[in-house]
Amino acid sequence: MTPTEPMIRLEAVEKIYPGSDIPAVARLDLEIMPGEILVLVGPSGCGKSTTLRLINRMIEPTSGHIFFEGEDVTNVDADQLRRKIGYVIQQIGLFPHRTIAENIATVPRLLDWDDDRIESRVDELLTMTGMEPSIFRSRYPKELSGGQAQRVGVARALAADPDVLLMDEPFGAVDPIARDRLQNEFLRLQAELKKTIVFVTHDIDEAIKMGDRIAILQEQSVIAQHDTPEAILAGPASKFVEDFLGAGATLKGLNLMRVREVEVDDMPTVVAPTSREQVLQTLDSSGSDWVLYLDEKRMPRRWLDRRSLDDVEALSGAGREVNAFVEPEDTVRDALEIMLHSTAGVACCVKPDGTYRGVIRLETLMALIADLQRQERDKQAAVAAASS
Amino acid sequence: MTAPAPSVEEVARSSTSVRQTVAEGLRERIDLIVTPIFFLLMLGAVVLLWVYGDLDATAQRIINWERMQQRILEHINVTLWSTLLVVSLAIPLGIFITRPQFRKFAPPVLGVANAGQAAPAFGLLVLFAGFFGIGTRTAVYALLVVAFLPVLRNTMVGLQQVDQSIIEAGRGMGLSKRQALTQIELPLAVPIILAGVRTALVINVGTAALVGLIGAGGIGLSIISALQLRRDNAAFIAAALVAALALLIDFLAALAERYLRPKGI
Repeated sequence: MTPTEPMIRLEAVEKIYPGSDIPAVARLDLEIMPGEILVLVGPSGCGKSTTLRLINRMIEPTSGHIFFEGEDVTNVDADQLRRKIGYVIQQIGLFPHRTIAENIATVPRLLDWDDDRIESRVDELLTMTGMEPSIFRSRYPKELSGGQAQRVGVARALAADPDVLLMDEPFGAVDPIARDRLQNEFLRLQAELKKTIVFVTHDIDEAIKMGDRIAILQEQSVIAQHDTPEAILAGPASKFVEDFLGAGATLKGLNLMRVREVEVDDMPTVVAPTSREQVLQTLDSSGSDWVLYLDEKRMPRRWLDRRSLDDVEALSGAGREVNAFVEPEDTVRDALEIMLHSTAGVACCVKPDGTYRGVIRLETLMALIADLQRQERDKQAAVAAASS
Repeated sequence: MTAPAPSVEEVARSSTSVRQTVAEGLRERIDLIVTPIFFLLMLGAVVLLWVYGDLDATAQRIINWERMQQRILEHINVTLWSTLLVVSLAIPLGIFITRPQFRKFAPPVLGVANAGQAAPAFGLLVLFAGFFGIGTRTAVYALLVVAFLPVLRNTMVGLQQVDQSIIEAGRGMGLSKRQALTQIELPLAVPIILAGVRTALVINVGTAALVGLIGAGGIGLSIISALQLRRDNAAFIAAALVAALALLIDFLAALAERYLRPKGI
């Protein structure tokens, strides 16, 4: 396979349900390159889920062809085909009567792997998705939280190491905080695994965050625009795309930028074990209103100010808890939100291992936004100049 | 991104599971404690009457232990065979008429099964005796009809209540239709199917008290003899024995329900 050959190619794929005149998917051509995340996004009823399910033939196309690595799979055995494609749906659909290990082992069992290989693969996947095998292996799905179930769903889809992963609103059923964490974990995983992923969502912010490329779909799965998130944000191809992006394209641009790309500032800190005197001294010498208290492992714990030192005995219970941090894979938009809710008015950044990295201040973000706006103006000017 | 705290969903999940456990616990307590108590009470009544019941020679003959043993075996025999037949016919039929391509057969099949249950068992026995002659075989057929509906209906409901997204996930991973049925749908339907089988067993053990009328024996035959000869104590002993047997079978079925249910659901 040459590097430019698409992993998945849809050629004039059409789906017309029996008894309906209007196609649910109308003559769709689509190419998905190896190792990319292609996000299908669009308003509800646009046929994005149908399109996804046409790829693994959960829905059989009325006409057209589907190619995997150049091979026409439109008429091969659908069950065999699906064993080579990971599939994650919003409801996850873990088998409640099977343990987590058995759930993950589903496809390897179908492929007749031997027991030892399955066992080590299950442990590997649990570890990879951040779940301790000895704890979770023999649990049942009802004993998991929503976020954990979602991780198992992803692990199960990855079990037989498929090249392609189809994900239908995979993080749609978890609360916003867990969703954010799952998205970040998934991106981190994908950076290692480099799977070819087709990802369906109705949430444009999620699309911008997750997608290497985005296909914005309108009715009957007609592609309104198919490009990188940056290009779509900078130059919506039509009124439909513009409306779908909604207001605040600049703000959405913040979804594109990761915290790791932003320079962090220093913040006066004290590291445990420490004393009140030292905290006071740090406050005095820095001139700052707040000092960040790190525990023995250098993990941020409390925001301390002068007042909070008066009435508490242990420093570990003084001041305000640091209840939100941003990780390198979080978007700058996440950082902005945390900043707005933070006691000290800054977003506290941690390294992947949870130790303190620095803080992001509002001024830094203001400069970034101004920069983005300038770039956007320049681009629009260039487009206008080119078209005139 | 944020310090770990139980999400809204996690909290909701754990509270529903607590509620479920309470309800299930209550039901299991009734099944596994109250039923055996009633069984022992009935058995106690039988023994007391047998010893202190002041039974005359005729009564003694009716409930003679040798004969009683035979009646009990006949009773169990008819109950088990008819239920076995129900299970081996109603479950496959229930599977068949819940497959998408055969769903159109569901209403007529259910109609027939409904009629079977609506018809009085007594009348059905006599009717069947007219067609097939008297005897154990006829009794088993009649009981098959009487107890068919609960197993059929529970098989259908059990299969239909399986969360579609679980089947979708399975099919999406490459389980064939048959594998999805045997590995996902049926195991998840087991608790409800078992409840149907238990209902059928209880119906049959009760209805088997009537099969003495068409020459198939059973404890009911002793009741009939005792009533005809006006030996009320003997009739009461036989009746209490039927009740005890029914409670015992229900208890065993409850145990089966508990231990055959797949773990995790």
